[in-house]
Amino acid sequence: MANIEVGGKSYETDEEGYLVNLSDWNTDVANFMAQTENITMTDQHWEVVNFLREYFDEYQIAPAVRVLTKAIGKKLGAEKGTSEYLYGLFPYGPGKQACKIAGLPKPTGCI
Amino acid sequence: MLHIINKSTLGSSTLDTCLNTATGGDILLIEDAVYAATKGNASAAVLQAAMGRFKFHVLMPDLEARGLGDRLIEGVSPVDYGGFVDLTVNNKSCQSWL
Amino acid sequence: MSDAKKFMFVNRKAPYGTIYALESLEVVLISAAFDQDVSLVFLDDGVYQLKKGQQTKGIETKNFSPAYRALEDYDVEKLYVEKEAMEARGLTEEDFLVDVTVLSRAEMGALMDEQDVVLSF
Repeated sequence: MANIEVGGKSYETDEEGYLVNLSDWNTDVANFMAQTENITMTDQHWEVVNFLREYFDEYQIAPAVRVLTKAIGKKLGAEKGTSEYLYGLFPYGPGKQACKIAGLPKPTGCI
Repeated sequence: MLHIINKSTLGSSTLDTCLNTATGGDILLIEDAVYAATKGNASAAVLQAAMGRFKFHVLMPDLEARGLGDRLIEGVSPVDYGGFVDLTVNNKSCQSWL
Repeated sequence: MSDAKKFMFVNRKAPYGTIYALESLEVVLISAAFDQDVSLVFLDDGVYQLKKGQQTKGIETKNFSPAYRALEDYDVEKLYVEKEAMEARGLTEEDFLVDVTVLSRAEMGALMDEQDVVLSF
């Protein structure tokens, strides 16, 4: 367990930096998480992060990268449903990094 | 006396043993035992046959968690956590069958 | 796919009362990365895992049932329910939150014989 400070508020995270309580999430927290991952959030990043949050809301799991890639392709267009595109946005893994920024747990099926 | 059953009655003999041993009183079904009190479950008939001797109760949060809150059989009384406490207080003794 | 093995996950426990159902689901989701020929079968109280309308707020436990609907995204599409188990619990196909194939006990046994690996939960 650890804590992060954002805008004067304290949020609980696990030892890998994932938010412990899903309901703590807000855009300030997301931007802070992105910063710690050396990512500057753009509309393209937000699109993926928001997609992940919707996916979690629907299925209660954070999808594995393979599943995320396929699902993004279906929802946002084939040109975005590729590893190249997603790794371009999240170089250290769209599963890990995007999930962290989205306030979700580490993806299920991510070994 | 209050008897508490928490095992599925189709996967374990706990309810049968309880019914065969106990002489009467309250039986509270919790956790996986709540399935016994749902319409169409093979154990529902066992409960119905024993209703003369026992008063059956079901912990509703457990039934709702399992998606069966709307399938409770007649003659079994739904209780919440407060009702659970009342049952333990109002009985002289209590056995949790494991 | 030609060297894919046939994996069967046998689910026989109700959700929440024990950890088996959740553990099985997690192993299925993780092993889906290995592109094998996976079947999930639901016997005995395992059929309750797929019941629609689970509301776990009252027991302060995570409702993991929506994840069964994501199995399709993981290319896990073979779900089988034992007819006798379903009927002994007063359930019908309409009670399930995903599409399943209902098999008799005998058909289930035959399907089990075809597998390379059977994992029991």
